[in-house]
Amino acid sequence: MGLEKYIPDGIILTTVEKAINWSRKSSLWPLGFGLACCAIEMMSTFAARFDLARFGMEVMRPSPRQADLMIVSGRLSVRMAPVIRQLYDQMPNPKYVISMGACASCGGVFNNYAIVQGVDRVIPVDVYVPGCPPRPEQLIDGIMKLREKIEKEKLKSVE
Amino acid sequence: MTKREMMTINMGPQHPATHGVLRIELDLEGESIIDARPIIGYLHTGIEKTMEAKTYTQALTLTDRMDYLAPMSNNLVYVGAIEKLMEVEVPPRAEYIRVIMTELTRIASHLVWLGTHAIDIGAMSMLLYCFREREKILQMYEFVSGVRMMSSYFRVGGLAQDIPAGFDKRVKDILDTFPAKIEEYEGLLTNNRIWLNRTVGVGVISAEDAIDAGLSGPSLRGSGVAWDIRKSNPYSYYDKFKFDVPTGVKGDVFDRYKVRLEEMRQSLRIVAQAVGGIPEGPHTTTDKKISLPPKSETLQGMEQLIHHFKIVVHGFTPPKGDVYFAIESPKGEIGCYIVSDGTKKPYRVHFRPPSFVNISALPKLVKGRMVADVVACIGSIDIVLGEIDR
Amino acid sequence: MASVVEEKLKKEYSDKILELFSFKGDVNIVVKPGDIQEICRFLKTEPDLKFNFLSCITAADYLGQRDIRFEVVYVLFSIPNHYRVIVKTRVDEGQEIPTLTSLWSTADWQEREVYDMFGIGFSGHPDLKRILMDDDWIGYPQRKDFPLTYEVPHFSHNKGEIDTRKKEPWRGDSDD
Repeated sequence: MGLEKYIPDGIILTTVEKAINWSRKSSLWPLGFGLACCAIEMMSTFAARFDLARFGMEVMRPSPRQADLMIVSGRLSVRMAPVIRQLYDQMPNPKYVISMGACASCGGVFNNYAIVQGVDRVIPVDVYVPGCPPRPEQLIDGIMKLREKIEKEKLKSVE
Repeated sequence: MTKREMMTINMGPQHPATHGVLRIELDLEGESIIDARPIIGYLHTGIEKTMEAKTYTQALTLTDRMDYLAPMSNNLVYVGAIEKLMEVEVPPRAEYIRVIMTELTRIASHLVWLGTHAIDIGAMSMLLYCFREREKILQMYEFVSGVRMMSSYFRVGGLAQDIPAGFDKRVKDILDTFPAKIEEYEGLLTNNRIWLNRTVGVGVISAEDAIDAGLSGPSLRGSGVAWDIRKSNPYSYYDKFKFDVPTGVKGDVFDRYKVRLEEMRQSLRIVAQAVGGIPEGPHTTTDKKISLPPKSETLQGMEQLIHHFKIVVHGFTPPKGDVYFAIESPKGEIGCYIVSDGTKKPYRVHFRPPSFVNISALPKLVKGRMVADVVACIGSIDIVLGEIDR
Repeated sequence: MASVVEEKLKKEYSDKILELFSFKGDVNIVVKPGDIQEICRFLKTEPDLKFNFLSCITAADYLGQRDIRFEVVYVLFSIPNHYRVIVKTRVDEGQEIPTLTSLWSTADWQEREVYDMFGIGFSGHPDLKRILMDDDWIGYPQRKDFPLTYEVPHFSHNKGEIDTRKKEPWRGDSDD
């Protein structure tokens, strides 16, 4: 508080941890991974009315090696499970996963032989967004909770 | 000394241009395609078997999730099959509203097709424009049923609930603003040199090959065959409305694009004729064993309370037998084959998805072309993976 | 149109048709599995009938309700005449039906789906393998003796008793 008096305008003082977390949360690059109906609501969220570009997420990378957020939108079938595991392993650290919709969080409406009952049986999940499909505002709420989570990360935890 | 060898490449389940989890194995020699094999099944949900464990009305909510771009079409085919089996009479008010909502669904599905097809070929702004228009139709869905996409608004015998006041005004707002938007899309794409270079002459299929491969809907009409189930076997009061069925000439990607754009205009024409004269009356059939009584009567009368209880807890029981019923969904002929054994749960339900049959014709469309044409052809067939894999 | 179809079939194939009836406005024809190719070729090529579009091939499992277990259903449509007809055959387990891929190429994928879901073989099919399930899946999901799921939802009254990672026999795990 006393130090700012002696510093000229245009310079801010912060910790390395806060700066890294701020830059990570403000430019998450999602992986283009839409499975089923929730993918259409995700596309609506990226479109003009509920814009996601204002959160820095307009660059949707098709390749997992260049993305750091995977939004699993839709039902995960048993045949697709090894594919999603391989995609998750290909993403570089730090990576985050949002499980969008009821089918991705817990199997949803479908309790049968062909659907994995929750995507967290295959990959670790950070934020669960319920709904069938969740409204774009709900997905944006989930993304903001993820940003709060990233803000609180310590430097040592990211390996 | 160079040697030519064939290379097999995988356009995997996760791909920005395959419209979902579709996997295609391409045999390539350089850049030209020798063979293409679509591999499906990455979204198989077991919907047909799950429906056998639920009552007829519960199973209706699962049908929305198949073709998730046109949910009310799926509802209509399932409900229509049960009504054919039980010979239920649907009141005129419900039929008019079903026609309006189904045609709005057709426009919404074609908008997503246009946005994703154009962005695959390279016109990125079309996606934003089309989703902006689609928001208006999703707001109509929310106005009548409360849900943006998976509404399950149709029930056996009519509708789940009556339309609220102000429905006419909102539909007329859409009718006033939409034609100008379709002109905008045509102005951007139809005479565009890049669009014409990438779509004219690409993915040609003749009329005989198309009928042999089982194509239906706009993919078949682009090759010149004028078959539309709304005209040939009319259902749900479509024979009372005047509309044209557009056809193409050559059967390439550009013809299918023109057919779908014109279909959007014809859908607006049908909605304009229907919304002017929605008749008064009940919104669901008067048969007491099938449809719920009005809530005000349920709260006061004993008989209505018992009917409400039986219908919600037990459900109705169609007679034994099996029927096949087909309608014209935005993607082609969707059919529903129901076997009933006289109990409250369906014995076997099978849906004939148009995208499943249409995508099996992909090898014929792309043989001899280059890799970039695969993307254009997939876009022009207009597939939805939820429907293919069920 | 229904009477035209019935007349022509009764004239040509009265010995091969097991049942011919009309149910809720559609003509249903039941034949033996070996005759299906001939009857469909007749329906496709006869000048008055012209059923040139194969809409759908599907099947149903009547385990315990009928003597012959499966019923395979073919839905044919005539584009010039705007008319639909349903052809059915009944097969037992292990029996095979001749394929229709020589008449319509759309029968290829539809028969693969019937094989995948029910286990009914089609003789003469160019490439009969699974289409919706994994290649090494054991069992045929749409049969009535295949369970919907082995998982049971957790409630407070059965919380201690459920083993969530149950073995799934259809993937080849054994139950010991």
